[in-house]
Amino acid sequence: MSLYYTQKLLYQLNRDPALRRRLEQDMEGLLAESELTDEERRAIREPDIGLLYVMGVNGQILMHFAAMRGYEWSAYLEAMREGEHRYGPVRTGLYTRAEGR
Amino acid sequence: MSLVFAGVCSHAPGITGRSERADPAVRDAFYAAFDRMRQALEEARPDVLIVVGAEHFANFFMNNMPAICVGMAEHYEGPIEDEAWLAIKRRRIPGAPKLSRELIQEVMSDIDLAYAEEWKFDHGIMVPLHFLTPRYDLPVIPVNINCQGPPLIPLHRCYEFGRALRRACDARPERIAVIGTGGISHWPATPDSGRINERWDREFLEKFLANRREELIAYRDDETWREAGQGGFEIRTFIAVAGATEGCTGDLWFYAPIPIFAVGCTVAVMGLKSSAV
Repeated sequence: MSLYYTQKLLYQLNRDPALRRRLEQDMEGLLAESELTDEERRAIREPDIGLLYVMGVNGQILMHFAAMRGYEWSAYLEAMREGEHRYGPVRTGLYTRAEGR
Repeated sequence: MSLVFAGVCSHAPGITGRSERADPAVRDAFYAAFDRMRQALEEARPDVLIVVGAEHFANFFMNNMPAICVGMAEHYEGPIEDEAWLAIKRRRIPGAPKLSRELIQEVMSDIDLAYAEEWKFDHGIMVPLHFLTPRYDLPVIPVNINCQGPPLIPLHRCYEFGRALRRACDARPERIAVIGTGGISHWPATPDSGRINERWDREFLEKFLANRREELIAYRDDETWREAGQGGFEIRTFIAVAGATEGCTGDLWFYAPIPIFAVGCTVAVMGLKSSAV
């Protein structure tokens, strides 16, 4: 797992218009340069917002990446719920489930 | 002259970005409270507005995360988010670099700070400015307390930062306003978005408005996380304002959970005892 680098790439995409253009024009090249696992590359490529959430990507980063990739607010929330259903509970980070939640 | 105004408010992006999806009656009452705060701020005739916020990975990331950072730029830009998503148009906001530099230097006698001469405002500052300085003509000094990426600064240090900021402001001739902006309980940007622990919020607000330091700094992050969500870490911004207004109490001008805004929407103003007011 390289959650740090997954989040870093999304953080950079959120704040850098030039990098967003690169994502549109040369996604594979950009993903190849990053220290990511195949699963992480796939999650960003598709994008699989639910999987990124389950991996532990912070929502304050993920919600902007989701909006960038065309997810309306309700669709974004639903994608995370689907991710938990499909891949199981959040694996690490702030969103691992609390007792009784 | 020191502080001429102090208050706290919410900043969630849904407040502007999803306004049409809220119950109009509650939403409009909240907006009216924001406007009342704008009027009070204007009547205080500040030269500068310090915004103690909790940004969300707009400028700071885990490669070099400051516990507290103060802006020192000629100007700022925001919002960093998509304009349509936030429903706030991107613009330039004036800074106050000389005052920033001198306040930072003074505060550093008590608290270690990072500073930044480049800063893109996210919704954490842009939403309050949208309501409170709609002409964007009041110079702003942004302050960020890291409330997103643990390890987080302890609460008693946030109170100390507020005290130090007040001491620095007391030594200045300028008329200075300060607002803290954060959520109380909330689970923003997660599947639980819209969940709000009103009981927890009201209990916290009671302690905040009475400025009971010992009770404010007694919150533990693990308990806050369980009962108030990761968004509850943003009480740091309120606690800094409590430190800056030590000995003063406040009035709650608005509180109501608005789930589509993902937060218990809050506007509160502290009564200042300073002769400057």
